[in-house]
Amino acid sequence: MPFDPAMFDPSQIPLVEIVFWAMTVCTIGGALGVVTSRNLFHSALYLILSFFGVSGYYVLLNAGFLAVVQLFVYVGAIAVLVLFAIMFSRRMMAAGQSQANQQWWVAGPVVIVLFVMLLAVVGSISWPVTEAEPSGDVVNQLGLAFLGSYLIPFEVVGVLLSVALIGAIILAREKTAEE
Amino acid sequence: MQEIIDYIVSLNIPLIDEGVARFIMHLVLASIIAVVAPAMLIILTWLERKIIARIQDRIGPNRAGPFGLLQGFADMIKMFTKEDITPATADRIVYNIAPGLSVISAIMVFAVIPFAPGFVGADLNVALIYIVAIGGFGTLSILMGGWASNNKYALLGAFRVVAMLLTYEIPMVVALIIVTLAAGSMSMVDIIEAQSGMWYIVSLPVVFLIFFLSGIAETGRSPFDLIEAESELIAGFHTEYSGIKFGMFMIGEYVHMFALSFFCAVLFLGGWQIPFIDVAAIPGPFGPILGLISLIIKVFLVVFVLMWFRGTLPRFRIDHLLDFGWKFLVPLSLVLLIGVAVVVRLFAPGSSAGVPVEPGPLSALGTPGEVVALLVMNILVAAAAVALVSTAARRSRSKGLRAVASVEPVAASGK
Amino acid sequence: MLKDFEFIGVLGFITLTIPIVTLIIAWALRPKKPNPAKQETYESGIETIGDTWVQFKAQYYIYAIIFVVFDVEAIFLFPFAVALNQLPLYALIWAAVFIVLLFDGLLYAWRKGAMQWW
Repeated sequence: MPFDPAMFDPSQIPLVEIVFWAMTVCTIGGALGVVTSRNLFHSALYLILSFFGVSGYYVLLNAGFLAVVQLFVYVGAIAVLVLFAIMFSRRMMAAGQSQANQQWWVAGPVVIVLFVMLLAVVGSISWPVTEAEPSGDVVNQLGLAFLGSYLIPFEVVGVLLSVALIGAIILAREKTAEE
Repeated sequence: MQEIIDYIVSLNIPLIDEGVARFIMHLVLASIIAVVAPAMLIILTWLERKIIARIQDRIGPNRAGPFGLLQGFADMIKMFTKEDITPATADRIVYNIAPGLSVISAIMVFAVIPFAPGFVGADLNVALIYIVAIGGFGTLSILMGGWASNNKYALLGAFRVVAMLLTYEIPMVVALIIVTLAAGSMSMVDIIEAQSGMWYIVSLPVVFLIFFLSGIAETGRSPFDLIEAESELIAGFHTEYSGIKFGMFMIGEYVHMFALSFFCAVLFLGGWQIPFIDVAAIPGPFGPILGLISLIIKVFLVVFVLMWFRGTLPRFRIDHLLDFGWKFLVPLSLVLLIGVAVVVRLFAPGSSAGVPVEPGPLSALGTPGEVVALLVMNILVAAAAVALVSTAARRSRSKGLRAVASVEPVAASGK
Repeated sequence: MLKDFEFIGVLGFITLTIPIVTLIIAWALRPKKPNPAKQETYESGIETIGDTWVQFKAQYYIYAIIFVVFDVEAIFLFPFAVALNQLPLYALIWAAVFIVLLFDGLLYAWRKGAMQWW
């Protein structure tokens, strides 16, 4: 077969596909790692990998703001919280037990049936897919929405956050007041 | 950068179209960043040792090469050839990943910094959040390093450092929100353009101070350098690291400091702008080169100030540190946030206090009235905060004195 | 927007190779003489006492929780900051309410002594 330079056309490389599959590996591989790893610390690290994969999905969906917010909040704050909890409650290098318990022969088929059902439901919906990109400055529109049509949820989030904060302080202080 | 891409496309090489040319340009820029940033370690360590030496009235390294310039190379060679002593009970994989993650997170932030008019890796419209998000990876690497060493003291050191990092990340983020308020956008390129009226260090000096101090704490430099407190907790979270892995933590720290200087220069000192000259309008390659030189001068100015701090100030105690962060910087930054929001909104160009501005191209802020108003408000809030703190301190001091004075003196002569 | 992230992907890839290459070079260059005494956990030269674990100190966890709350608050404030000039003036009051709510939480933590290091 004669050498056809058009075979190596770089603009034909489906970069988006490659990135999508890489992110899928990160997300699902990370999730699998969370539930199968014997070391709790490793589970948390796999969780972080999974978060990173989800952030990649957001980028592919043209939601740059959500992608960096995912990294900022989940990896930067919540993962640190989870790691703190693990590091305080476990002796280091504790071998950990196997992740399966006695009822795996019941749970296994139930999980498989559930998975098949979900797959069927999700596959049967005709998702409205559009090629359109978000127009204009997304973050700007988000800001206008927060203080415009979604004002009440915005303020409710504020209340929710302060309630969470105060509740956490109360719970944590009770513990230290006891000791 | 777009001109270079157009030039490459115009060469009409087969298979190279716009997308590929852009990709090649990205590759070149990424390679430059990835090579120069860690290599800066050598220059920065030499600079630091010389400056601190002069502050301490001595000369500093002057044996390796003229003026000790090759000292950094000598240190690098030493680190490469040192034996890597890994504790037998350490968690191998995590132990090896941690220093790598530190380096990666420090270099990745350079993706959004505009080096010259038109030369920016990625003009994200969410660049500021991207910066703090990537900085969060550095926090993770410290936790991983402390845990994987399987050493009580490394773990304790890691906890303390992470507590400090979490504390000072909030004032830093709030300072970035304030800069976003003033500029109307999170993109670094837009922020530089918004400073064409007046640099933010003039109109928002207290915000600059908050960002600068929080940044110093985030990078773990003196006077917040718990990480390097050799007299406490042995060597903190990198007790069990030797050779090149320790070197990589050091690379991460110095590159992080370098990145902080870049942020200060871009966000508050006007980036590649030169006062009174419109750099973007200069034709040909001279505009970007001039802009790059101006940026580098500003960056090294900030680096010098950082090293000056290190040579001059004593280390803070951890509870002082955390109190200063939570009880002073966080409330101060939140109050400033509300203040700057009010002033910026009132001075929004084209609006008459109630009518919102139509979304359109950013108009350069910096009408003299607005600058003065922001400056005055900054100073007022800072003065109020300092006054509050000093009255509270005076009251607690006098309470302590009264408590002491009310104790009956025990007879000095024994029974 | 996708194009902007392309550079970050490229930089990420290249940066990923830096630690790997460094480690490989160092592995080739350095001496390898492990012996059990060198590989013990360091505790100022004495034998390690007890298992490696750390006493739970609630303070660290409280700091992390407060940090999470303020993190999420900052995320909501960023879009507000970008859209400020297009918002009507009274929107400032709502944003101030949001900030004051969280300030309140911080004040509560302060008064209840949750932010003391010891």
